[in-house]
Amino acid sequence: MKIIVNGLITENPTFVLILGMCPTLATTSSAINGMSMGLATLFVLVGSNMAIALLKNIIPDQVRIPAYVVVIATFVSVVEMTMQAYLPALYDTLGIFIPLIVVNCIVLGRAEAFAAKNSVFDSMLDGIGIGLGFTFALTLLGAVRELLGTGKTFGMVVFPENYGMLIFILAPGAFIALGYLIAVINKIKTPNP
Amino acid sequence: MTFILIFISAVFVNNIVLSQFLGICPFLGVSKKIDTALGMSAAVAFVMTIATIFTYIIQKSVLDTFHIGYLQTITYILIIAALVQLVEIILKKVSPALYQALGVFLPLITTNCTILGVALLVIKKDFNLIESVVFAISTAVGFGLALVLFAGIREQLSMVKVPKALEGTPISLITAGLLAMAFMGFAGIVK
Repeated sequence: MKIIVNGLITENPTFVLILGMCPTLATTSSAINGMSMGLATLFVLVGSNMAIALLKNIIPDQVRIPAYVVVIATFVSVVEMTMQAYLPALYDTLGIFIPLIVVNCIVLGRAEAFAAKNSVFDSMLDGIGIGLGFTFALTLLGAVRELLGTGKTFGMVVFPENYGMLIFILAPGAFIALGYLIAVINKIKTPNP
Repeated sequence: MTFILIFISAVFVNNIVLSQFLGICPFLGVSKKIDTALGMSAAVAFVMTIATIFTYIIQKSVLDTFHIGYLQTITYILIIAALVQLVEIILKKVSPALYQALGVFLPLITTNCTILGVALLVIKKDFNLIESVVFAISTAVGFGLALVLFAGIREQLSMVKVPKALEGTPISLITAGLLAMAFMGFAGIVK
């Protein structure tokens, strides 16, 4: 339990560790997209963390990074093919960012920092925690951008039709929205003097 | 003519960092000084061009021939990781000066998503080999441009007083957002 909370809040990959920025910015044009990307990453994280925890005694130390990358790439391919088969629309929206989960620093980072030193079960929990933290961050950012950009949340209309600052759906809005989100979180975390 | 279009499109209109969101990590990480930004861009340009050529050839000659396209992700990342190592070793022997300049950035490049991203994009866009090389080089130029511009702004920014909560990453992200907005002015020049 502590491990999950750690990943979700104290070591939230996006807001605290500032890792995995590329998918965070690129796939959060709506809450649904952000959440799907988060869940795909969650799956890869849990899978690779468990596999690496299982294999940690077999993998020689010198070649561990390439070995980890191969494990991660395998799980990414699984996600990619599953999504292509069952959710083709989503696959098209996320596009190139699904194979790019391989180079998401969060996944490799957790493999190296946690799974290589801990038991299989703990590594699974860590994967779930970090994955949920990432999903949460992406969904939040996606929701904020969607709300400001189109006046909807999860596709439901919140504000009247003509509302919407298109800039938040486009590239600059991603940077700015994330910047302010992190600032707000920093503000909440630091107690007022 | 197509080459010029590819170049302008990759450098300005669809800038890899500011509108495709690839390579954000080095963009935020090594952009504190113009010097390091230049070094990083050079290393990326170097590896990106070589990696694109290699992955392209492997894709066409091995993966397509044997219909094992589903191994694309694994193959590419292995090629890139091996290439980075190789480049590092060769540079160390052949040109110690260049190695001195680029050395520290090379290991970081394996996890730079621009390299894998470009390798995948050229296949998706159905470029031929020469177009792919042009695309890789121009993307690298675009990456360098964004990185150097951003480093320049950040050097100035370090002398400014910023509200406490916005210090560090938030202000960098907002700055990047404004820079991206400036680049939006190029939209529509090339389809």
